[in-house]
Amino acid sequence: MEANPRSTGRLPAAFLTPGSSSFMDFLGNHSPDLLPGKRVLPPLQGAIEAPHGTTIVATTFPGGVVLAGDRRATMGNMIAQRDIEKVFPADEYSAVGIAGTAGLAVEMVKLFQLELEHFEKVEGAQLSLEGKANRLSTMIRSNLGMAMQGLAVVPLFAGYDIDREKGRIFSYDVTGGRSEEHGFAATGSGSIFARGAMKKLYREDLTEQQATTLVIQALYDAADDDSATGGPDVARRIYPIVTVITDEGFRRLTEAETSEIARSILEGRLTQPDGPRAALL
Amino acid sequence: MSTPFYVSPQQAMADRAEYARKGIARGRSLVVLQYADGIVFVGENPSRALHKFSEIYDRIGFAAAGKYNEYENLRIGGVRYADLRGYTYDRDDVTARGLANVYAQTLGTIFSSAGEKPYEVELVVAEVGASPEGDQIYRLPHDGSIVDEHGSVAVGGNAEQISTFLDQRHRDGMSLAEALKLAVQALSSQSNGNDREIPADRLEVAVLDRTRPQQRKFKRIVGRQLARLLEADGAASTPTDAPSDEETDEGTTEGPTGGTAGGTTGGTTGGTNEAGK
Repeated sequence: MEANPRSTGRLPAAFLTPGSSSFMDFLGNHSPDLLPGKRVLPPLQGAIEAPHGTTIVATTFPGGVVLAGDRRATMGNMIAQRDIEKVFPADEYSAVGIAGTAGLAVEMVKLFQLELEHFEKVEGAQLSLEGKANRLSTMIRSNLGMAMQGLAVVPLFAGYDIDREKGRIFSYDVTGGRSEEHGFAATGSGSIFARGAMKKLYREDLTEQQATTLVIQALYDAADDDSATGGPDVARRIYPIVTVITDEGFRRLTEAETSEIARSILEGRLTQPDGPRAALL
Repeated sequence: MSTPFYVSPQQAMADRAEYARKGIARGRSLVVLQYADGIVFVGENPSRALHKFSEIYDRIGFAAAGKYNEYENLRIGGVRYADLRGYTYDRDDVTARGLANVYAQTLGTIFSSAGEKPYEVELVVAEVGASPEGDQIYRLPHDGSIVDEHGSVAVGGNAEQISTFLDQRHRDGMSLAEALKLAVQALSSQSNGNDREIPADRLEVAVLDRTRPQQRKFKRIVGRQLARLLEADGAASTPTDAPSDEETDEGTTEGPTGGTAGGTTGGTTGGTNEAGK
């Protein structure tokens, strides 16, 4: 095919045709087989067994937003991976955390990152935060066929809205339905417990430090009651991934920072296993 | 119907080359320089929105002189090429060399196909490496040849004169402010000696900065940061400007400058060979 990007021949006409700023649209026109949504699944009996990611939590604080995820991937009742990464930067001012089928989720994130970056490079300007959130919606919707087969991907999208000067969180359902969450949100199997924890701990005037502590507390509670969510693994030094997005952009906390917070929480829980009744933040 | 006149292939190509060169010469020149932490792109551009420089991929930048719609087309083609390649394989598999080859083929085909008018553009594709030795700069003239450049490169109408100016003064390991100032000096110097002033708000400046923590190394330098860089350097070296330039020239004739010049020659030869294949 002329379109083979490996060949060193001239750029195919499709590459030089003025058109959409969307990488997905380009891919759809040029090599639709590379789009995950275009894949056809053979008829199946029952659900496909594949590793699933579990709990993602997010909270806003004045000046930004925190998005965090645990590290466990499960396949049925087995732990498939202990140190999976489920929280990714989407671009400079947003991040996406994924619960659901790990393989598809990671692919979706990759395409989503590329979509945002491509738009930015072609247009010379960033999409609005709403625009980014809508784009993710479209991608989830295109995965609906697979979601029906048990291969659902349910992300949580968080970003700093430069125009409104605040952090915002968007949650999704498997059909691509999008809703903005206020204050805090969680997705995945442990989300019920995480949300309960956050509901008790959340305040509108949290500092960044408190917000990062809050999400790890919530993940601890999710891991406490949901077997598919992994808690801080001190022996293997596997701690949750915590990202902070402010007007300065995306920042992932270092292992040293997360381990310090996680260890202080563990310490607290040694005397108070059911959670922060003592001094929390 | 009249019999078409016979035009020799040599003549046809010479005419096309002249046509393209004239088009490029109408555009303003721009320069691309290596500095200690990366590669800086500097050009005169009164527009804030229509850029001459842009990001292609993580470590790859693009600069173009000539006809805007034509190079914009090539730029977007390059972004699509890079993004598709990175998506299909891996981000590390997108290289300036690969991109430059694709551009060369594209420009070459257009230049030699009788049905199309030649593109009036001259491109630079640059990739910043982990160290200055890893930096790659390719210049792509309108006819689809590739020239592997080192140190500094100028394209556009006044390119030859600016290149000579830069070759004499550019040295390895310059700071960003020094490289920027040299670039502005080169762009504003005129052959008749009456140098003109290019105000900061008419400058377009971008860098590929290898020290940036992000994966994407391309960054535009605008507003206060640009003013600070120009000013800091100006304040520090304006009084000693001329002597320090001479000193540099004398001091480095057998040192870095000699090395750079040698590298350029070697690179050009290599590039010509490559283009001849």
